[in-house]
Amino acid sequence: MTGTMRALAAGAALLILLLPFAAATPVAQSGGVTFERLLNAADEPHNWLTYSGTYSSQRHTTLDQITPDNVDQLELQWVFQAQSLQPFQATPIVVDGMMYITEAPNNVLALDAERGRVFWRYEYTPSPDSRPCCGRINRGLAILGNTLFMGTIDAQLLAIDATSGQPIWQTSVAEPAAGYALTLAPLVVKDKVIVSVAGGEYGIRGFVSAYDVETGEEEWRFYTIPGPGDPGHETWQGDDWMTGGASAWLTGSYDPDTDLLYWGIGNPGPDWNPAQRPGDNLYSDSVIALDPDTGELEWYFQFTPNDPYDYDAVQIPVLVDYPAQDGTTLKLMMWGNRNGFFYLLNRENGQFVNGYPFIEVNWAEGLDDNGRPIFTPQPPGTTTYPGVQGGTNWYSPSYSPSTRLFYMSTWQGYGSNFVAEEQEYVEGRVFLGGRPGPMIPGATVPALTRGPINTWTEAAGSGAVIAIDPANGEEQWRFDMTDVTTSGILTTSTDVLFTGNREGYFHALDARDGELLWRQSLGGMIVMGPMSYAIDGQQYVAAAAGNGLFVFALRD
Amino acid sequence: MIQGILGRRAAGAMAAAAVGLTVAVVAVVTGAPAVTAQQHAGEYMQEDIVFGMQVYQDNCVGCHGPDGDLVSGVNLRSGEFPSAQSDRELQMLIAQGIPDTAMPPGDYTSSELTGLVAYLRTMNTFDAGDVAIGDAARGEAIYNGAGDCASCHRIGNEGSRTAPNLSAIARMRTAANLAAALVDPTGSMLPLNRPVRIVTNDGATHSGRRLNEDTYTVQIIDDNERLHSFDKADLREFTILTESTMPSYAETLTDQERADVVAFLLTLRGM
Repeated sequence: MTGTMRALAAGAALLILLLPFAAATPVAQSGGVTFERLLNAADEPHNWLTYSGTYSSQRHTTLDQITPDNVDQLELQWVFQAQSLQPFQATPIVVDGMMYITEAPNNVLALDAERGRVFWRYEYTPSPDSRPCCGRINRGLAILGNTLFMGTIDAQLLAIDATSGQPIWQTSVAEPAAGYALTLAPLVVKDKVIVSVAGGEYGIRGFVSAYDVETGEEEWRFYTIPGPGDPGHETWQGDDWMTGGASAWLTGSYDPDTDLLYWGIGNPGPDWNPAQRPGDNLYSDSVIALDPDTGELEWYFQFTPNDPYDYDAVQIPVLVDYPAQDGTTLKLMMWGNRNGFFYLLNRENGQFVNGYPFIEVNWAEGLDDNGRPIFTPQPPGTTTYPGVQGGTNWYSPSYSPSTRLFYMSTWQGYGSNFVAEEQEYVEGRVFLGGRPGPMIPGATVPALTRGPINTWTEAAGSGAVIAIDPANGEEQWRFDMTDVTTSGILTTSTDVLFTGNREGYFHALDARDGELLWRQSLGGMIVMGPMSYAIDGQQYVAAAAGNGLFVFALRD
Repeated sequence: MIQGILGRRAAGAMAAAAVGLTVAVVAVVTGAPAVTAQQHAGEYMQEDIVFGMQVYQDNCVGCHGPDGDLVSGVNLRSGEFPSAQSDRELQMLIAQGIPDTAMPPGDYTSSELTGLVAYLRTMNTFDAGDVAIGDAARGEAIYNGAGDCASCHRIGNEGSRTAPNLSAIARMRTAANLAAALVDPTGSMLPLNRPVRIVTNDGATHSGRRLNEDTYTVQIIDDNERLHSFDKADLREFTILTESTMPSYAETLTDQERADVVAFLLTLRGM
């Protein structure tokens, strides 16, 4: 047992003994991961403290042991096999040698991040009423002090003691039988834990909400569909707002300088029949900026008004202080949207700066001066690009301050033949209003998931990692893959880019030119964002494939 | 988030793909446009309507009658079904039955459901007078005789493995798909069934059917029914051909004979 291990074990024993008194110690002041540490997470790159690594969500590490020159010396250190049949979509959190992960749907585990051995496992059984649309999955945890926070597929929020794995409180966020679920990793800002609901396929009314880290009491709730009398309500007609979806199933970002939370909002419902919900349908397919103390809306920007294609805007808001040519620094938000456009927004006021298509797009011929799409609807029976899964989706992108490039996983040459149908809302049942037909009738085409076989061709679409220069929206390089990809991206300050794909490969590319540096077949779909941490000066890189979490480090 | 229904649909497709794989993936297959449900009469393919009529006569006529009006309060000839407005809903209703009524669930293949819906939606106007109604027994004889289909295709343990396995083709393709494939194999060929040609760096040539492919490797069954796996880095040439190796039966079989073959293929439901 190493010194670290002994300390951890002793700490665990001590905390278990003290547990009856633990509730008396305020979470936010109990040491461990303070809000101050979350604010400055980039200063401790050996840890990974939030879903996207830091509040700016660049998914970029300054750990520099692994370089383009030595990345081919990576060697498997350990594997953790989840006891779950669901794909592993969580990004681990690492705090000082401890790793915290979720095992789908909602078990929580603490591991020795050096050896992959388990300290404790908290088992949670979701209500049978839960009905997440797209798999009984979870994307991870948040931490403050010594408390972990997890949302569940039956729309509960739990606080769990990080040392013992015992629950501290549980709050009901929404009604699972009506289609609400929590699949995202929560985000802690100050003394609140922030979540938002999935369920956009069930005719829910979406919201983002904040809870007291100590008690679990709800502090504020921002409905992503304005109610009667609220600004934006006029973008809905009749009672459409009550069942209009606008879920928010992925973690947002936070900027301490603007003191704003940035959150991506999902599609309006029913998904594929916009005629059934005339209007712009705010704040579906938008990014919203909220005051983290009150939940009040500061600004919004809508990417796809009256969306007919299910182009959720739940992507990760990537916050970048970008050096402009005139020497000033632009406070940008970079956004690779499911609708096929890459956007630059001013994150102080939400103003549109620029936007560029990053793949083949035919539903809009471009964006106007305000960033609003100029719609070019395709005739029924023809193919709309991108298809329903989008030009990208929720897969975490990365921005590297070293290369000043934005990286994202994309689906190339992929479309859908959308069909709209009138549908009546019934609580708890899917509310879709049609379907996205395949662009090749009867053919196997990329969809939400896949097995071990791929026999489609480029005619059905393919995957690629692309590097975009935010200065001009141009693609600097592209790394093509046979199958589409659902992996997130991690970059390092040494210009290594880590990503995976559905084929089960874990790749390292040169972030400067996209050259393949190293690859390893892990044998299962990679449906999460790779991350990095360090222990005792050794840098590790972790990626989950299938039900396994694989951790690599350089050979000694 | 789209995942919902798509997830389930994808799962179904996966299951189908897995089944297909054990028995050796899909078949002749066609890109004919009748695969997806359509909303209006006139958009249904004649082969599907005819097949649906046969399925109707085998399964439905006992209660609903030849004109679709024997069940009190239900007139199938109207083509309108208040509880199943879309074709998809109508398929589900037929497959699942209606609880607490005499309408039972049924174990129909997707081709049968497609046919039944096509027939129900058009039975008020459809005239079967001069269409070729296929005979499965005659079709089986043609399959093994003049068609020489088993020299490439396999059903159960009989026939070659080089072309797609047909053991469960009725679960995968509709009557219209199959009819089109017999006439225009290349135009009907799905991308996944395209033949491949491979030349390795040391000059060996392999042609066959692709079983799986990723960014770095490809797996095939060759024309001698042997399985091969290649690193793409070791290949001088890897071409996915767009011309089917299956001959057209537009001239070599009559309309009636092709209808018979389709009728036979539609009996193949797998294990």
